[in-house]
Amino acid sequence: MTAPLLEIENLRTWFYTDSGVARSVDGVSLHVDHGETLGVVGESGCGKSVTALSILRLIRAPGRIEAGSAIRFEGKDLLTLAERDIQHVRGNRIAMVFQEPMTALNPVFTVGDQIAEVARIHAGMSRRDAWEKAVEMLRLVGIPAPEQRAHEYPHQLSGGMRQRVVIAMALVMNPALVIADEPTTALDVTIQAQILELLADLTKRFGTSILLITHDLGVVAENCARVIVMYAGQVVEEATTAELFSHPHHPYTEGLLGAMPRVGGNAERLATIPGTVPSPTAWPDGCRFRERCMYAWERCAKEHPPLYQIGAGHVSRCHLAVEPERRSQPHLPVAAQQGVTAA
Amino acid sequence: MTSKSPAGAGIAAPTVRRRLRGDRRVWIALGVLAAIVLTAVFAPLLAPYDPRAQLDIAHLQSQPPSLAHPLGTDTFSRDVLSRLIYGTRVSLAVALVAVSISITFGTLLGAVAGYVGGAIDAVLMRFVDAAFSIPTLLLLIVVIALWGDISVVSLTLLIAGVGWFTVSRLVRAETLAVRDADYVVAARALGVPGWRILGWHVLPNAIGPAIVSATLAVGNVILLEAGLSYLGIGVRPPTPSWGNIIEEGATRVSDVWWLTLFPGLAILVTVFACNALGDALRDALDPRQLLPAHDDAPFA
Repeated sequence: MTAPLLEIENLRTWFYTDSGVARSVDGVSLHVDHGETLGVVGESGCGKSVTALSILRLIRAPGRIEAGSAIRFEGKDLLTLAERDIQHVRGNRIAMVFQEPMTALNPVFTVGDQIAEVARIHAGMSRRDAWEKAVEMLRLVGIPAPEQRAHEYPHQLSGGMRQRVVIAMALVMNPALVIADEPTTALDVTIQAQILELLADLTKRFGTSILLITHDLGVVAENCARVIVMYAGQVVEEATTAELFSHPHHPYTEGLLGAMPRVGGNAERLATIPGTVPSPTAWPDGCRFRERCMYAWERCAKEHPPLYQIGAGHVSRCHLAVEPERRSQPHLPVAAQQGVTAA
Repeated sequence: MTSKSPAGAGIAAPTVRRRLRGDRRVWIALGVLAAIVLTAVFAPLLAPYDPRAQLDIAHLQSQPPSLAHPLGTDTFSRDVLSRLIYGTRVSLAVALVAVSISITFGTLLGAVAGYVGGAIDAVLMRFVDAAFSIPTLLLLIVVIALWGDISVVSLTLLIAGVGWFTVSRLVRAETLAVRDADYVVAARALGVPGWRILGWHVLPNAIGPAIVSATLAVGNVILLEAGLSYLGIGVRPPTPSWGNIIEEGATRVSDVWWLTLFPGLAILVTVFACNALGDALRDALDPRQLLPAHDDAPFA
């Protein structure tokens, strides 16, 4: 088997804030194969975006990627590359698509200029060639009348158009990997599907791999063959999409699936997971999910669960893997009890 | 904005120029400023008298405006119109040069301090804090007193030297706000080199306050020069400047009003023109002032 395109090993990105060390990403390992779309799901604050920014070393002080972390991409460890070399990777071999297409574009330059900039920096194109490239990219992402649109400023375009421009910028250099951080969250539902379809279509055509970060399991179901579930700065479950949806193992994954609206579902209200993600400056000992978990028992407070192998390509960070009988004894989670007494 | 040759399209500048051309304020302000600059350049041709000549100390002292002396004469029987025309040279040169220097310097330092941060930022900003705690006028007085007699060039440099603090603060604050904007992170993620991010993505979005501040500073510098002249340490009489003409008449506003009114009007018009130009420039540099070109409802 060939080496994966991207391989993250024990990534720890910590922020040294005044109120303590925030261990936002705390030992994440994952890989993305060639041509694969990997989904990364989890609630806000679980470390998805910090993981994405860490891959391109875009973490600024007070954040730091701790020693012992490794990010291998195309045979190089990105964490030990010289600044000059990582700059060559950014936008060229790995590109990012951000969540908020309005703020991800510079308001004072035309979209054509901004796409052309990438081509000029990485391909050393002349101004004229880069401009033609920009127009060609706009056409590729399905923007009508690209020659005219290239002269427009971001605020003159709609949200969906702007996200197409952001995708065009990401794909200029035909990168091997696109990191899409909640690419559709800020868009209207009707536009979301169009954008994802476009991204899938283009990346399939060019053989690009995608790391798709989202909190929407529906997006994962339609776009990814494999999923990673993150919670509290760690991977808590990894499986193929089919396996994850049919046999979720980790109670957090179960909760996420339960919170998903389904066509034909007869529940009057969507299930929710009680409580919130704990603060990264003070992850609980033992299992980090235990206060919100309806199966948690003594072991979960004492022992931090490792990633247990559940099946082929399926791992889960839950002691239920070794004490499956506990699943038959659900109870009200601690967080929910507190919620009740508080109310 | 339809089809245009790609060669000229790669930069934002043509659009800014086009927007400036369509702005009436720009034309009025430029017209006024051009008239003032021409007055300064052609002062010897325009001035009816020698600005330093005491025409008739016995009979022409402090005469009100008349046909022979449209703006009257001063306490030394000199022609005020001639002094005002020549004064344009000094006042304008000092103001424009000092402001250009201080804005450029302040913008660069502020942007670097804000973008790089760390020790450079701390040192620069503590220095600015210290400088801020000393009143500008007092600082200038002390420096000039130590220096002794001072030329107009040195005066200009001095005023520029104490003028960049505010600008650097403004630009630094803007830079801090822009530095972590998504599009700056996006630019970094696209592999744009640091200097280019600063010049392309940060500065254009952080420079607005500096430009507005510059147009206001022109007026302030003219007044600062006037204050220094009043204390006898600015532009020395008999060389005329708008400032020292006003100061000469300051004690006799009630009877020799023409000594303060006309240079005062000259300062007012100049400052007003600069402000109008600054406003127009700020609007032109900010494309968000444009209305959306299309309504995008049918297609996203």
